[in-house]
Amino acid sequence: MALLEVRNLAIQFGGLRAVDDFELTIEKGQLYGLIGPNGAGKTTVFNLLTGEYKPTEGIIKLDGQDITGRSTVEINRAGIARTFQNIRLFKQLSVLDNVKIGLHNQYPYPTAAAIFRLPSYFKTEKAMNEKALELLKVFHLEEEADTLSSNLPYGKQRKLEIARAMATNPKLLLLDEPAAGMNPNETEELMENIAYIREHFGMTILLIEHDMKLVFGICEELTVLNFGRTLAQGETREVLANPEVIKAYLGDDED
Amino acid sequence: MKKRTLTKATKDNFATIAMIVVLYAAVTIAAQAGLINSHLGGLLVPLCVYATMAVSLNLVVGILGELSLGHAGFMCVGAFSAAFFSKVTEASMNTFPRFFLAILVGGIVAGIFGFLIGIPVLRLNGDYLAIVTLAFGEIIKNIMNVLYVGKVGNSIRFSLDSSAAMDMDEMIINGPQGITGTPYDATFTVGFIILLISVIVVLNLVNSRSGRAIMAIRDNRIAAESVGIRVTRYKMLAFTLSAVIAGCAGALYAHNLASLIATPARFGYNMSILFLVFVVLGGIGSTRGSIIAAVILTLIPEVLRFIGDYRMLIYAVIMIVMMIVNWNPKSRAFIEAHNPFRKKEKEVQ
Amino acid sequence: MVSFITNLINGLSLGSIYAIIAIGYTMVYGIAKMLNFAHGDIIMVGAYIAFTVITTLSLPVGLGILFAVGGCLLFGIAIEKIAYKPLRKAGSPLAVLITAIGVSYFLENMALLIFGSDPKIFSSVVPFQTVAAGPFVIPGTTLISIVVSLILVTALQLFINKTKPGQAMLAVSQDRDAASLMGISVNGTISLTFAIGSAMAGVAGVLLCSAYPSLSPYTGAMPGIKAFVAAVLGGIGSIPGAMIGGLVLGIIEILARTYISSQLSDAIVFSVLIIVLLVKPTGLMGKVIQEKV
Repeated sequence: MALLEVRNLAIQFGGLRAVDDFELTIEKGQLYGLIGPNGAGKTTVFNLLTGEYKPTEGIIKLDGQDITGRSTVEINRAGIARTFQNIRLFKQLSVLDNVKIGLHNQYPYPTAAAIFRLPSYFKTEKAMNEKALELLKVFHLEEEADTLSSNLPYGKQRKLEIARAMATNPKLLLLDEPAAGMNPNETEELMENIAYIREHFGMTILLIEHDMKLVFGICEELTVLNFGRTLAQGETREVLANPEVIKAYLGDDED
Repeated sequence: MKKRTLTKATKDNFATIAMIVVLYAAVTIAAQAGLINSHLGGLLVPLCVYATMAVSLNLVVGILGELSLGHAGFMCVGAFSAAFFSKVTEASMNTFPRFFLAILVGGIVAGIFGFLIGIPVLRLNGDYLAIVTLAFGEIIKNIMNVLYVGKVGNSIRFSLDSSAAMDMDEMIINGPQGITGTPYDATFTVGFIILLISVIVVLNLVNSRSGRAIMAIRDNRIAAESVGIRVTRYKMLAFTLSAVIAGCAGALYAHNLASLIATPARFGYNMSILFLVFVVLGGIGSTRGSIIAAVILTLIPEVLRFIGDYRMLIYAVIMIVMMIVNWNPKSRAFIEAHNPFRKKEKEVQ
Repeated sequence: MVSFITNLINGLSLGSIYAIIAIGYTMVYGIAKMLNFAHGDIIMVGAYIAFTVITTLSLPVGLGILFAVGGCLLFGIAIEKIAYKPLRKAGSPLAVLITAIGVSYFLENMALLIFGSDPKIFSSVVPFQTVAAGPFVIPGTTLISIVVSLILVTALQLFINKTKPGQAMLAVSQDRDAASLMGISVNGTISLTFAIGSAMAGVAGVLLCSAYPSLSPYTGAMPGIKAFVAAVLGGIGSIPGAMIGGLVLGIIEILARTYISSQLSDAIVFSVLIIVLLVKPTGLMGKVIQEKV
């Protein structure tokens, strides 16, 4: 059974069908790419998958469970985590706290335990700190644990977002242009990070990316969107050789 | 690494608590030595009330990130319910348990109001939320002025109509005359304890899972939802807890007054705004700053007493100048560059 | 029935005054993106100027009104330049809000020092006598308030839609940076907005004190808050919204005061605001802006 199954997904904004007849099947452990020119509806697909938008039509199934129309919070609890194209960190909080907020539902204890400083508070916080630092280490951010997240350089902010999403212990990780604004060295590091979390956490990943080098380097399968419709779907090498895809990308830059 | 993270927050909290304890000790010693005149002495309980209100409002404005302009309303609810409790039980209970329970009643009743008001209010955003809290605050003040509660025989009746109240045997809450004769139970020590507990509760909350969830909502609601944080639940938690603290402050306030009347000067929007001034001047989000600002701004008019009629005018000027100096980007940069005590921020690549 | 219609007209009159104040609030909010809590106190400043010129100096009424409006206009510009402009780039709307509260304290206490706390009896400056039409008896001030507000709103709409500075105001309210790139003087436009808003508050001050002839340093505070409520009720930032919000609020207040309870009228007014916002979270005419993810 596929981890993610999307059938006939569509959303209408007024007269515009931003995404139409979208189908997607992702197997467990796969690294799947979603590409397409600007405005093709890629982020809209993410917003549909995470419950930010409610679909007009279609079904979304995660691990066999129908999650269509559920709230963002419920979908995250069901096992989908994401990053954002325009980075959304908790800016006034430290790097460590950002990850700990991601661990929110993994390490519960009652508010009263915090206010009265009961043993369960200390115990759980300690475990939380250890887990958060472990995740930060994966992205080489452990040195910056106490830094204010908004003071991180851009590339590290993107990585912190991935660490935070990973903290929610998802089955499926959605990465929205993780390499945007990164220099080639940082992109290289990011590719290593992604490979690491696949290997060590068995993570299934769906990513939106413009950096063709990255897409070509790590994605096994691709879906190409254009004007909200699926232009091509299949194995990366084949899709990228598809003349329709080349045509859609011609004149479009790789930003 | 991990240890440093823990001790940093702990140190900061310790400094805040130490500051309050030292202030309390200093004032107590000064009072023993006869250095505090009766006028200043009369300010001590209100000072605790205002500082507690600043802590309460800072939880909503600084930590939750929503603007409330109606916190005097919660204080009003706490004050009236606590005073009512004390009046009813005055004959049957000793001072200590009665006052303790009265404060609890004030906090709980205000908390219930906070919860009920929070349900509709927290659905709104930004300035719309602010004006609705102001509206609720004014409604509470307004209703308190037409509320009559009295005894008929052994039962308690209430009314919103003065003529119906004429038939009651003994008035407890008497409409625009409010409650008179609440026992003078409030002391500086009790005020200090309430302030201290409020601070500890808020600081413990902030450095916890729930507190981080609240701050996550403040910093980025959409991202908070994306990591599975139930936004409404934590907004309600912060708002209700803040109302509870405001209610306790109100209870303290009520037991320091000969007659408790819901006047605009005591419980109107102007008061809510004054609390907001404490929070903003204290550096939004800083519990310690809020308390310091509350103390300084309450004392300034007293210190300025020697200039007579001009003091409130000067007070206003000080407020404007303080805001501009603190927040103008150029003056901020100037202070940053010329402050030998502050460590330079690490350069960011 | 007759008394109901009379009350309705009285409500319309009070509402017109609220509308004039609310428009000032809403304009400043729309363009400077700040809640100018001192706006209500400008009303009081205008009323005191008119009082001084007409009653103390015994000068003609027209001159009093002129000085009141001109004085408020200058006050508005000066306050913006001295207190608000230094904080425009501070990035905290709260900082400006608190400064506005400081300005409000300043104006009230200045009036207190100059005029004392005892209320002044403000003799009506409206030259018209009570109008009796059939069974209706309507004071001149009531009619004048309605007429003046209609004229002001029409003139303002024409100014904004038909003149260059008016269009500049629209542009700045929509996107300050883009407007600035198009060569519009943002500082000038904000000054102009404060000037117009404050001048209107001056007019409102004269009208308010003609209708309710008691003047104290705190005269402007409550009408200021009510007008703020009116602006939010109509959808803050929208001028037609402020007009409608003001009228609705005035009518509700007078009707509640007459038919339900004079002591609870404020509570009823605020309850209406709460109910409207729960149904329409951005006010009657406000636009819903959804955050882009």
